[in-house]
Amino acid sequence: MRPATANGATDDWRLPYAGRVGMLSLIAAEAAIFVIFIVAYLFYLGKSASGPTPAILRPPIVLSVCLLSSSITMELALGGLRRGRAARFGGWWILTIVLGAVFIAGTAVEWRHLIVDEGLTVSTNLFGTTFYSLVGLHLLHVVIGVTLMTVVAVLWAGRRLADAHVPKVEVLSMYWHFVDVVWVVVFTVVYLVGR
Amino acid sequence: MSTESITWAAAEPVSSTWVERLHGWVTTVDHKRLGLMYILYALLFLVIGGLEATAMRIQLIRPHASFVPPHAFNQLFTMHGTTMIFFVAMPMVFGFANYLVPLMIGARDMAFPRLNAFSFWLTAFGGLLLYFSVLGGFGLYGDGYAPDAGWFAYAPLTAKTFSKGHSNDYWTLSLLVSGFGSIGTAVNIIATVLCLRCKGMTLGRMPLLPWMMLTMSVLVILAVSPLTAAQVMLLVDRYLGGHFFDVQAGGSAALWMHFFWIFGHPEVYVLIIPAFAIASEVIPVFSRKAMFGYPVMVAATVSIAFLSMSVWAHHMFTIGMSSGANTFFVITTMAIAVPTGIKIFNWLATMWGGKIDFKAPMLFSIGFLFQFLVAGLTGVMLASAPFDWHLGNSYFVVAHFHYVILGAIFFMVFAGFYYWFPKVTGKMYSERLARLQFWTFLIGFHLTFDFMHVPGLLGMPRRIYTYEPGRGWDLWNLIVTIGVVFQAVGVLLLVWNLVFALVRGPRAGADPWDAWTLEWSTSSPPPEYNFATLPTVRSRRPLWDLKHPEDPDWKYE
Repeated sequence: MRPATANGATDDWRLPYAGRVGMLSLIAAEAAIFVIFIVAYLFYLGKSASGPTPAILRPPIVLSVCLLSSSITMELALGGLRRGRAARFGGWWILTIVLGAVFIAGTAVEWRHLIVDEGLTVSTNLFGTTFYSLVGLHLLHVVIGVTLMTVVAVLWAGRRLADAHVPKVEVLSMYWHFVDVVWVVVFTVVYLVGR
Repeated sequence: MSTESITWAAAEPVSSTWVERLHGWVTTVDHKRLGLMYILYALLFLVIGGLEATAMRIQLIRPHASFVPPHAFNQLFTMHGTTMIFFVAMPMVFGFANYLVPLMIGARDMAFPRLNAFSFWLTAFGGLLLYFSVLGGFGLYGDGYAPDAGWFAYAPLTAKTFSKGHSNDYWTLSLLVSGFGSIGTAVNIIATVLCLRCKGMTLGRMPLLPWMMLTMSVLVILAVSPLTAAQVMLLVDRYLGGHFFDVQAGGSAALWMHFFWIFGHPEVYVLIIPAFAIASEVIPVFSRKAMFGYPVMVAATVSIAFLSMSVWAHHMFTIGMSSGANTFFVITTMAIAVPTGIKIFNWLATMWGGKIDFKAPMLFSIGFLFQFLVAGLTGVMLASAPFDWHLGNSYFVVAHFHYVILGAIFFMVFAGFYYWFPKVTGKMYSERLARLQFWTFLIGFHLTFDFMHVPGLLGMPRRIYTYEPGRGWDLWNLIVTIGVVFQAVGVLLLVWNLVFALVRGPRAGADPWDAWTLEWSTSSPPPEYNFATLPTVRSRRPLWDLKHPEDPDWKYE
């Protein structure tokens, strides 16, 4: 053991912020859930007995760019928040929400096309089941993220976002970055590898 | 460090009506109250699960018995397994973790008290949901009632075709809901241990119980999440017409098995690591020696957790995997015997040369050591795939895992009850009754589970509701059922002892065992804020340092 000071401990006793550790743990749990869905998707590739195949998919490039750039706008917003520049924070923050919302709307359009034009539903075949589950699970996380960000935006609009909230908003940003990283994996698996 | 415990008697409101007290418990976010609620909740379900087991044993006491009809027997073993794992064992270890971790690391509460309460109520309502199936399972008349697909619910038994009505949906939803509760609690324990330790308590000075609860929580995160994912898939299949486990549309029944056991095997370690944790606190105190090989103990715990993530398919040797997969899972499973063996030797070395005090917690710990060893040995036997091909799904397997869950985990839970009861209530239980419970339960346990191995070796499969006479199983089944009586008496003695002590027991004082960890430095029961001033520690045994200023531990660690 390291030699201790007179009172038996170092005076600068610092431990990590619980919110960060908690969010990292939650992210680990979420990652495990996504791994299971991705494994199921890959395992069932090409095993559908009938119906449409992944060849009907068109990679949502624009939507992906929107979602991934929302991570950048979120960091810009956080930069403003840390320096106490509320207006700058709000602008970038709302842009982040809009980008997330565009992703949700775009997925809705894509799904409408798949359901109406291609006849692919969750019960059509194994591809439909695994595709909608995996992409839908990710979409659910985007919806949760946008909802939470909207709560922060409402606080900001009401001028109730205090300095004490900064670490919590940073914890929320960890979640949002995770959702983006998952999209990189899901996009690769579903639209690049799986097609 | 400071041990003075100031009690603000004047500030405490005089206890009011029972409605107000009940309201206090329902709305509490205090980790001690939530810990107790977890444990009481687990005990309630222990009685229910025990009654289900008793009903099954009465049915199997002789050939062609007709105590319960076949379909009810299926429901009984499904509900017994699900109840005991998810609503007895899990809440029990979470209860211990909740109550003890903040006290032992010198904190005033968990990192997220409200998440803690939320997780408890999720678990609680999950259990209610499971039993609500008895009322709500009638989706179609004559079908349903309680879930009956077994606690691991293999496909296609859970498909709409074979499981009409809603009984299995209650099973799925209850595990989903309580699973979210488990993940919430695990997140909370990890954050608490990593972020709330008192001054001076480096990870290397942390008592073994928080260390092992931390490891257990990491396993919960990695193991319960796959189960959550699999349950969502099952719901997609049953409600949205999905095909994940629908063999006729190309789905795979084996995939469910993989997903379930990726959860199922680490789950065993989620339950046994807290038992290790209790043993690692009780054995040193009652041997009057510091824990032998502390760093090795931590390393062994973490490596068990790591290895346990790669052994799941040893539950699936009998389904016909490739020989490559079989070999892999045989090797990884047997490798687990190494760190567990290290642990057993560490506990034995702690006792070796110690001044052993054979009080009830220590008796249960010694029983645990012996039974965990036997359970490990039958585990190594079953880990060998060719052996498992003969005995998979037989009563030998049932005997093996009950040896782990009852003989190891629950013996340590009982040890933990006796060890911390004086801390939790401030009262001392009757040592004589506790020893009587130990011997009664020990005899009952060995009658039931030693002899249960035999019909398994003689080819008796599990989950059959009755059997033909003249197969050589009759006598063994009779003995197994007789053991249940002793176990039931043992549990009643425990409850009587603790309830009586709660009302009439003598005062225990803050530190009845002359122990060394921080929870014994505060009053019994601890005040709501745990510590009037937050302690500072310099070694793994802060109370030893305090009691022996001439020869403190920190000189040697």
